[in-house]
Order: sequence, then C-alpha cells, then structure tokens
Amino acid sequence: MSSFKIAIASGKGGVGKTTISVLLYHQLQKTMNETISLVDCDVEEPNSRIFFPASTQTNKEVAYQEIPMIDTTLCSFCRKCVNVCEFNAIMMVSALEHAEVNESLCHSCGACEYVCDRQALGTKRVAIGEMSQHNTSTGVLYEGRLEIGSVMQTRLIGMLKEWGATDHLTIYDAPPGTSCSVVETLDEMDYVILVAEETSFGLHDLKLIVRLVKALQLPFGVLINKAGLGTTPLKAYLEQEHIELLGEVPHNLEFAKASAQADIFSNIPWSIQTSLERVTQKIKHKRVEL
Amino acid sequence: MKVVITSTSDSLTSTFDRRFGRTAWFCILDTEDDAIRFIPNEHLNASNGAGLKAAEMMGELKVSKVISGDFGPKAKQLLDKLGIQMVVIDEADSLVQEIIERLNYTK
Repeated sequence: MSSFKIAIASGKGGVGKTTISVLLYHQLQKTMNETISLVDCDVEEPNSRIFFPASTQTNKEVAYQEIPMIDTTLCSFCRKCVNVCEFNAIMMVSALEHAEVNESLCHSCGACEYVCDRQALGTKRVAIGEMSQHNTSTGVLYEGRLEIGSVMQTRLIGMLKEWGATDHLTIYDAPPGTSCSVVETLDEMDYVILVAEETSFGLHDLKLIVRLVKALQLPFGVLINKAGLGTTPLKAYLEQEHIELLGEVPHNLEFAKASAQADIFSNIPWSIQTSLERVTQKIKHKRVEL
Repeated sequence: MKVVITSTSDSLTSTFDRRFGRTAWFCILDTEDDAIRFIPNEHLNASNGAGLKAAEMMGELKVSKVISGDFGPKAKQLLDKLGIQMVVIDEADSLVQEIIERLNYTK
C-alpha cells in the first residue's frame, strides 16, 4: 500500500475537526484492509485520544531543540552572531561582557555557530514537547504534546509528522485557524478536508482557510458538520467558488451529548453513519485519482 | 548617570512613548553634564525580540535607569540581569520635558 495523507483542517475552531477526524479514522479502519493512522497535530491541546479510553501507549519520545550557548570566555563580542540572527535571539552587551541566547526566540537554525570565528558557541538540548504512539483497537494514534511555555509548535509538528510517517493512509488532525501550525500540518498533504459549519463565523473563517489551501496548491474539499444548525448560505459560496462539497454530517443533539462524554463510537446515528460512509468512499476515490 | 525616557519623537516637546521595546525614540539624559540626545529605535518594527534588543542597547549605552510605560517580560528579565532600573509611569499625555523636570536632577 502507498501512503496517503489527509489533513482535517478548519478556519474556525469548534467546527468538529477532531470529531470528524476520529469518526473517519474509525470508519476507514472498518472498511479498509490496512492499518490507519491518526496523527493529532494540535500539539497545544491534543484531544483526539480522549475518544479512545481503552488505547494503550506503545512508544514515547521527548522532542528536543538544540539551543546555542555562548561561552563568554571565548567570545570576542564581535557581534557577527547577533547580526546574522534572523530572530533577534542573541543579546550581547560587550561593555558588560554579557552574551546570551534567548531560548524562546531561537529557531535552532545554526547560523550563529556557523559565523563564529572563535568557536565560542556550544549547544544544549531543550525539551519542547513529547511525542507518543498509542494502539487503538485496530489503528495507531500519534500525539504531540507541546511543553508548557514553549513556542516551538511548528518544530514539534514537523518532528511528529516525521516520527509518525507511514506507508499507508494517515489522517492528520490539524490545529484550528490558519496559523503557522496549520501551515506546518498541511505541508506535503495529499488531500485536505476542510470542516465547516453554516454560521456567519463559520463561513468567514472557511474563506480564510480556502485562501490558505489554494495558496499552498493543495487539493481540497469541504465537509459541512452540524448541518442544519446554522442558516448561513455556505453551500452557495461553495457553488460560486466551484469548491467540492464532500458531504454533510447532520447536527444531532443526542450524538453531541454522547461525544461530549467521549462516547462517540457506541451509538453513531444512522444519518451520520450514512454521511461518513459517503465521505470515506470519496476519500478512497481521491486516493486512486491523486 | 544616564537616564532613558521612551519618546514618540525626537524633541523635548514630544509625548512620552508608553512602550519600551517598540518605542519610536529613546531620549537619553546624562545627569553629569545635563546633555540630552535622542536616538531612534532601529528595532521598532522587528518581528521578534524588539524588547530584548532595546534592553541590549540600554546595556551598551551604560544606562542606569529607564523610564517607560511598560516593559515586556523578556526585556524585563534582561534589564534586571544588566542591573538597569526600570521605572514605570502611566501618564500617556506627558511630554518628555515634563518627565525630565520631574526627575529634578540638579547639578
């Protein structure tokens, strides 16, 4: 089997990215003859695993970032490293023989080390988060969890994607919005499912993420979640822009209550089930087409 | 000693700038000889680390005291490390000149 990477993204938060991700993961597992992976890329607040209380952790790895350290006994305070740093992460006060690297600004590009004539730069490892692998009933779930206070979201997402890379179908649950973390998640995807809801904010933020996936030149389609809940003419926008509507998952209060209790799979209403089956069929076709 | 006041422009009649890292100008008062000069903040529009760069500059200029409206956490930490006193005032409409007068440094 070849790899096929699908990201589940949305401009707006709370539209049901994670719900759709885990439901599709579950549905694909049932219908496909291969191990499906789910990668929770929302490293600032990973929550896909909530829906798999019986899952067991099978692997774990701490993600590190290399931060340069300046040895002021070797440093000549020439400021080459300061000037080459794109992120203003190096502070140097020659008058006080003070030189330091700010961890939260450093992107570990290595430029400072490269330009230093006196080898005054060493490195230290700083933990930016943790990556873990879990066995759900038939598939594998990967989760990234950012260290509190760290701003290295994109780095951790990149590492997680590499760590959880497989040669089969993988679903990537993206963070909400259109920020750097989302761009990092969408990088190298084969297909993107944009989850949307028919509300004013839903349409507004859908337009933002549509602009992003178009700029990234990624094939995508829209899945309306909680259909029937809002009244904003989202479908008119899709028609006007010639955007493919992958399906509509109807709003169902009982199902919402159950999923709020993390009990999502035991009683999937037939209307939602039918919709999921149609979407998974479309995903299978996309895989062949793309 | 040198005292810095963050300023929106480069004259004594400029209004005080409440931001430290992203102030437009720094007004430097040397209490030894009453000399006053203004230097622009070249990191005003930096995407990252403007406050740290401003704090670094204070260190290079051997400033003892900085008067501003607010200091970001990173700038605060570095200014502390460099032993530079931070003074926070919350009067947006004050002119730089008025603040200098209130400092009341007499030779």
